[in-house]
Amino acid sequence: MNFKIQDVRVPAPSDAPLHASPDALSVALPAGSGEPSAIRKFLLGRGSSAMADKGFGWLMLLCAFSIFGIVALIATELILRSQMTISKFGLKFFFDSAWDPVNGNFGALPFVYGTLMSSLVALVIAVPLAVGVSIFITEMCPGFLRGPLSFLTELLAAIPSVVYGLWAVFILVPLLREHVDPILMRVLGWSGLFVAPDFGVHMLSAGVILSIMILPIISSLTREVMTSVPHSQREAVLALGATRWEMIRMGVLRNARIGIVGSIILGLGRALGETIAVTMVIGNNPQIVKNLLAPGYSMASVIANEFSEASDDMYRSALIEIGLALFIVTIIVNALARILVWAVTRGAPARVA
Amino acid sequence: MKNKAIFLTAALFACTALPSMAQKLNGAGASFPYPIYSKWFSEYSAAHSGVQINYQSIGSGGGIRQVTAGVADFGASDGPMTDQQLSESKVKIIHIPTVLGAVVPIYNLPGVSAELKFSPDVLADIYLGKISTWNDGRIAKDNPGVNLPSSTINVVHRSDGSGTTYIFTDYLSKVSNDWKNGPGKNTAVSWPKGIGAKGNEAVAGMVRQLPGTIGYVELIYALQNKIPFGYVKNAAGAWVKGSIAGVTEAAASVKSMPSDYRVSITNAPGKNAYPISSFTWLLIPNPSPDQAKGKVIKDFLNWMLDHGESEVEALYYAPLPDSVIAKVKATVAQLK
Repeated sequence: MNFKIQDVRVPAPSDAPLHASPDALSVALPAGSGEPSAIRKFLLGRGSSAMADKGFGWLMLLCAFSIFGIVALIATELILRSQMTISKFGLKFFFDSAWDPVNGNFGALPFVYGTLMSSLVALVIAVPLAVGVSIFITEMCPGFLRGPLSFLTELLAAIPSVVYGLWAVFILVPLLREHVDPILMRVLGWSGLFVAPDFGVHMLSAGVILSIMILPIISSLTREVMTSVPHSQREAVLALGATRWEMIRMGVLRNARIGIVGSIILGLGRALGETIAVTMVIGNNPQIVKNLLAPGYSMASVIANEFSEASDDMYRSALIEIGLALFIVTIIVNALARILVWAVTRGAPARVA
Repeated sequence: MKNKAIFLTAALFACTALPSMAQKLNGAGASFPYPIYSKWFSEYSAAHSGVQINYQSIGSGGGIRQVTAGVADFGASDGPMTDQQLSESKVKIIHIPTVLGAVVPIYNLPGVSAELKFSPDVLADIYLGKISTWNDGRIAKDNPGVNLPSSTINVVHRSDGSGTTYIFTDYLSKVSNDWKNGPGKNTAVSWPKGIGAKGNEAVAGMVRQLPGTIGYVELIYALQNKIPFGYVKNAAGAWVKGSIAGVTEAAASVKSMPSDYRVSITNAPGKNAYPISSFTWLLIPNPSPDQAKGKVIKDFLNWMLDHGESEVEALYYAPLPDSVIAKVKATVAQLK
């Protein structure tokens, strides 16, 4: 493959004569400023820029390609180390729901389902909440509250996931079991999504803890994007007679939607890969049921749970292939999200700026 | 600059001089015996200057992999290596039993103050899902006079691969054919029922939080944290509660100890033997690929048998019975 580094050098006002005679420089300078500026002096004082520019270009190309390198390395390593199960089960591995280390039967489906379902629950809860928080902070928050609110949302992002997990085990799970789940069962039991028996550790609690974890990611990015919408947009919509909500909807959210979708993708990425907090509350039972109050299992959790004690090779290979499945699912979900962004923005270019 | 050069030369000298006077050993494996191993290794190092033994509790599976690949100087495991693992190993591995552990059934049944009794088949059928309410006739039969509630039994098991699960499922496989032909025994199995919790703490936490729940944890954990646990009927027909003495007796009552010590002592025949017990092993390469290291390991094992065993009860482990110690000593003497 042949990659050409784009030449971005701005054609300098012929550096040869400048170097040749310093006098020419002073002539070129506007009258009145006797001394050249500090930056100008530095640029004149160093040697040729051609080499440095080329070198810099290659260095940056190397950085960019290291990403390809890392992804390729991860993929090959995962594929190589899961050879045993890949050759034994083939594609069936991804659509089978057995997980029996004793008899060597492995399938990834319940784990894929658990990962996707818990992330979906997390998004359903976190997205409206995060967008609401951002709207409040950027559009309607009184000045004295803005600082503390932003600070607290960002603080949420800095809490380690094991702390979230512990909090969930001791506070969230009993709270859900005793106060929230009974209401859900009574009101929404007909949907089949909230049915007894309820242990408190289930898909819903995993989704709730994930939503708290991705909330700061989505809300801080959404806030940034909303802040960057120019005031003229808001003023224009208001001037046309819009209410405050209409101004936010038409003037701000519409302009910021690409950025908001981007922040949701980032949050989703974290939710898909989150391990320890989910492991502590999801119930770790590989089954596919519609009931959100039943225990489930996620791909990252089964790896974290079983890898250290997986002594036989087939078992270990199956766990690594779960890792491969997680890798593929992440890629597919991200690709779908990109397509979504593309579909939303097609024909209607971003109107931020 | 000059100081740095002097320091570097000194460091270089130190490095070249080290192998002759100091030994650094690396071991890895089971997390269950980690507290007693780290105590032993630090005491042994303190008594033998220049010897340093590092132990990483990365899990039995990791320990077996590292020692068979020759990465670690010794390994440790809660379950014996399989014949296949032994034949695939790069170095010949000897199992040395060190201490004993046990697993006890814990439960949370509000309103029941009596200590519950579980016969082996009942325990297996609870975990198989065949017995699903607390007032089931078979539980009631073992616990006459106890007013059992009609609530459903919530089953909790370990979600992480663990030696505890290996011991528990090994026991269930011995006492129940349905279990043996169904889930079977391993560090993780395909559980017919229940929710998985990560680690002893989480299992205990779940049982404490949720009324009507049964779980299993290591005896050490139940004793240290004062968690109530039930009686289990042993092979001799006696009701026994998990205890250090009962575990040691289980090991002593094994009739024919194989020369490689790869033996399961669950459901042991002793009169007071606690039935859900097991050895934990150090995995020693023999002959040692490094003579000097081999000598240190041999010396450590002798020290462990002479001095170390007397310290284990303080950490709630069960020591090896005297008969086994005598036998292990003979094995250690033959290590090359």
